[in-house]
Amino acid sequence: MNRMQQSVDSTQAIAESDTIAVERTLAGDRDAYRVLVERHSHNVFRLAYRMTGNRHDAEEVVQEAFLRGYQKLGQFAARSNFGTWVYRIAANYAIDRMRQRQKEEARREVRRVDEEDGMENDPLSRVRDEAPTPERLTQSIELRKQMEQALAALSEAERTAFVMRHWEGCGIEEIAAVLKSSSNATKNTVFRAVQKLRLALQPFVETRAQARAMGTES
Amino acid sequence: MKHMTEEELIAYREGVAEQRAVISEHLAACQECREELQRIEAVLAALDTLPLPDPGAEYGRQVWKEIAPRLAEKPGHWWQAWLEPRRLAAAGAFVALVVGAFLAGRISKKGDVGDNVASKEQVRERILVVAVGEHLGHSERMLVELSNAAPSGPKQKEVNISAEQRRAEDLLQENRLYRQTALQDGDAGLASVLDELERVLLDVAHSPDEVTPAQLEAIQKKIEARGILFKVRVVNKELQQRQEAREPAPPQKDSTNRERNKV
Repeated sequence: MNRMQQSVDSTQAIAESDTIAVERTLAGDRDAYRVLVERHSHNVFRLAYRMTGNRHDAEEVVQEAFLRGYQKLGQFAARSNFGTWVYRIAANYAIDRMRQRQKEEARREVRRVDEEDGMENDPLSRVRDEAPTPERLTQSIELRKQMEQALAALSEAERTAFVMRHWEGCGIEEIAAVLKSSSNATKNTVFRAVQKLRLALQPFVETRAQARAMGTES
Repeated sequence: MKHMTEEELIAYREGVAEQRAVISEHLAACQECREELQRIEAVLAALDTLPLPDPGAEYGRQVWKEIAPRLAEKPGHWWQAWLEPRRLAAAGAFVALVVGAFLAGRISKKGDVGDNVASKEQVRERILVVAVGEHLGHSERMLVELSNAAPSGPKQKEVNISAEQRRAEDLLQENRLYRQTALQDGDAGLASVLDELERVLLDVAHSPDEVTPAQLEAIQKKIEARGILFKVRVVNKELQQRQEAREPAPPQKDSTNRERNKV
C-alpha cells in the first residue's frame, strides 16, 4: 500500500506543471521547489558545463542558479517558462564565473612568467605541473585539446552566444536578453564565435579528415 | 555569379539567416558555396563530438540536497538567503576579518607614528593569512580524519561519514570567500589551491551520509590522487613563513627609548 502510494505521489510530482510548482513555492511550500530543481538540473548542468568548460564550475553554476532562482521567484512572471528563466540566471552566473576564471588565469600566467626561474625548487610548481602524456600526441586528443582551447579563447559573450545557439538551440531574442544586447548584435556575436572557431580549428579538422581518408587513423 | 559571404553561410548554418530561401536557392546552384558551407559544417561537427559528462540520474536530487538547507523559508527576498546560519557564520567570519584589519591598522598607526610600521594593507593581509591558515588547518584535519576512516570490522557494511560531510559543507562556504578574497588580492597561487580544495570539499559534501567500505576507499583514493593534503600543507607552511617574515622585530626600539629616557 505504501509503495503504491509512493508511486502515485511520484507520478503526481512529475506531472505537476512548473507553473503550479512556482505558485506553491511562492505560497510557502518550499518542497514544491524541489520538483523544479529535480526537473531542470540536468539541462542547466549541460548549459553550465558547456559555458564554463569544467564540471566543478558547472556544478557551482547549477546550485547558484537555483538558489538565485528561489530568491528571485517573486519577480518571476507567471507567463514565462521557468526552465527558460532559470536557464537565463545560470547563463548570467556562468558569464561571471568565466570572467573570474579568465582573470585568475591571466594572473597565474603573469606570475608564471615572473617566477619562471625560481619555480624549479618550488614544491607548488611540482604539484601544478601537467606533463604531456603519450596519448596527447594522437590526433584525436590533439584535436580535442585544440577545440577546448579555441572555445576557451572566445570572449564570454561569444562563448555564451555560441553555446546557447549552437548547442542549446536558444532563440536569438533569448540570447540577446542574457547578453543585454540587441538581436542584430547577438547574431554578429554568433558569427564572430563561429568564425574564430573555424580559424582555429579548420587546419586540424582537415588534417584529421585527410588522415582518415588515407586510413592512418583507427 | 556573386557568392555568399562567410557571415551569410554561418548565419544560414546556425539558423539565424534573414534571407534563408535566397541562400538555399544559391547553394543549390553554386558548388563553390556548397563546399565552403561543408567546411564550416565540418568544424561544427567536430565540436559536437566534445564529450559532455553525465552528472547521473540522481543529479537533480543531489542539487536539491545541496541547496535545500540554504533556502529561506519563503522565496522572494534576496536578503533572506543571508540569514541562513551557514552564510551568517561565513559572513560573520569575514566581517570580523575586515573589522580586525581596520582596528589593527588604526592601533598600529596610533602607536608608531613616523616609524617604519606595517601599513594597513600589510596588517590586513596578516589577518587574512592567519584566517586562511586556520581554515586550511581545519580542512587538513577533516581530510586526514576522512583518509584514516575505516570500518570497525570486516562485518561492518557501512561507515558513517556524516560528521565529515557536515564539516565539508561548512568549510565550503568559508573556502569560497577566501578564494574570492585571494583572487581580489592577486594571490593566484593561493586562489588556485583553494579552488582545488573546493572541488574536494564539494565531493565530500556530495557524498552520502553512510558509505560502503568500497565507496569510502574510492573517496580516499580521490583525495590521495589529487594530492590535496600535500598542497594544503605546502600552502599552509608558506603562509606561516609569510606570517613569520612579517612579524614585527623584537622590541629593541622600546629599550632604546627607555635608555634615551634615562639619559
